[in-house]
Amino acid sequence: MSATLPELSRDEILRYSRHLLIPEVGLEGQRKLKNSSALIIGTGGLGSPVALYLAAAGIGRIGLVDYDTVDSSNLQRQVIHGTSTVGKLKVESARTKLLDLNPGIQIDVYNEPYTSENALRIAANYDIILDGTDNFPTRYLTNDVAVFLGKPNVYASIYRFDGQVSVFYAKEGPCYRCLFPEPPPPGLVPSCAEGGVLGVLPGTIGTLQATEALKVLLGIGEPLIGKLLLYNALDMSFDFVKLKKNPNCRVCGPNADIKELIDYEEFCGMPSHDHEEGSAGAGWDITVTELAERVKTNHLKLIDVREPHELEISRLPNATNIPLGQLAARLSELDSAEDMVLFCKSGARSTRALELLTSAGFKKVKNLKGGINAWAKEVDRNLPVY
Amino acid sequence: MPLLRIPTPLRAYTNGQSEVTVSGSKISDALADLTTQYPALRPHLFNEGGDLRPFVNLFVGENNIKDLQGVNTPIQDGEKIMLIPSIAGGGYERNAA
Repeated sequence: MSATLPELSRDEILRYSRHLLIPEVGLEGQRKLKNSSALIIGTGGLGSPVALYLAAAGIGRIGLVDYDTVDSSNLQRQVIHGTSTVGKLKVESARTKLLDLNPGIQIDVYNEPYTSENALRIAANYDIILDGTDNFPTRYLTNDVAVFLGKPNVYASIYRFDGQVSVFYAKEGPCYRCLFPEPPPPGLVPSCAEGGVLGVLPGTIGTLQATEALKVLLGIGEPLIGKLLLYNALDMSFDFVKLKKNPNCRVCGPNADIKELIDYEEFCGMPSHDHEEGSAGAGWDITVTELAERVKTNHLKLIDVREPHELEISRLPNATNIPLGQLAARLSELDSAEDMVLFCKSGARSTRALELLTSAGFKKVKNLKGGINAWAKEVDRNLPVY
Repeated sequence: MPLLRIPTPLRAYTNGQSEVTVSGSKISDALADLTTQYPALRPHLFNEGGDLRPFVNLFVGENNIKDLQGVNTPIQDGEKIMLIPSIAGGGYERNAA
């Protein structure tokens, strides 16, 4: 086996000398890493430390999938990017940084969404897949691709102060679907864009993800196969639970009925780009420019469904604050005969609030498309965008 | 009495409580007590038919109740029950145009 591994150059021996000194890695381990490849889905909060550490560790070839551009609001946690790359493609920003860190490796970039159409083709070329995505459809897609290709999927996800890490490897243990056969209904679990995330959290969790990937590639230690790590930064708690293969798993069980990639947005009942401005659909939306005109002449009740602490960032005068989580219990405060406009940060939560109100029989309600951020961009530039 | 750990996304329905002391000798009792204390949690844990939703994972100690006796899994005083959420965040947001 070792005869087929690539040799290390004189420069590489110096670069990786701290690895070569560890018996569990050593010269042969480092040659294994040079010979290995890893695909990182997402170059955001998790993808940043994952890519940086895997590149530094000398993984010979790293693939990056993302189709977004760098925004200044990313830099609180996405440390692979920088102020100088705001506006640039994330995959290009990341490639430049990684090749500066380690010019001896190959970085493949895929500036495209990871979808059922391209995922098998892209992932087939890598030894291991690291899931650093931010939405349920892409997580189920990433899992199913890994199961079908027989590759390990190093999973991590984060929310506010909480993180989860596992290695889903259907050949040796459970897959993501064994634990979560189906996603929660849309809107139940807020995204980081809505709920926020402590900037260092993806650093902690992504670094653990990179650690697991290196262990799997080197064949050392006990990877988190069949185990889920649960981290909470506030409590500084690390809990482990056992995961077992689900005999009824639809992709990796003995009677699996999902044999090929499916429509994951349909399966999850939500788009894979759920951070775009929320829209309630034709007839239910009102734009910020329309609202600015309407409030001059009509009485409209404005309902702000954000959390109270968000009102300290920006607020519309005369708006009533009813956080989305309290709306169902506070319907009696609203008059269905009154014209109402619901808004939140960018429209996702107010869309769900609108669904709740219309199903309760309210008809004179509208969703402010793009939320208070759109108002701040287009109507009142004194308000900050967040 | 057993302690039930509430994941961050569901704390909006428990007045921010991260742990709730529940009574009962099995999981179904503990969940009944939890949702009596915090009724707003009920639709997040149970479907209309009163069954636990498939994405709700409860662990007693380090074992999933699905691998034990489901909602009939016995629980001891002081035992830690964890409600493990399905979260999707990756710490990046698709930047709206």
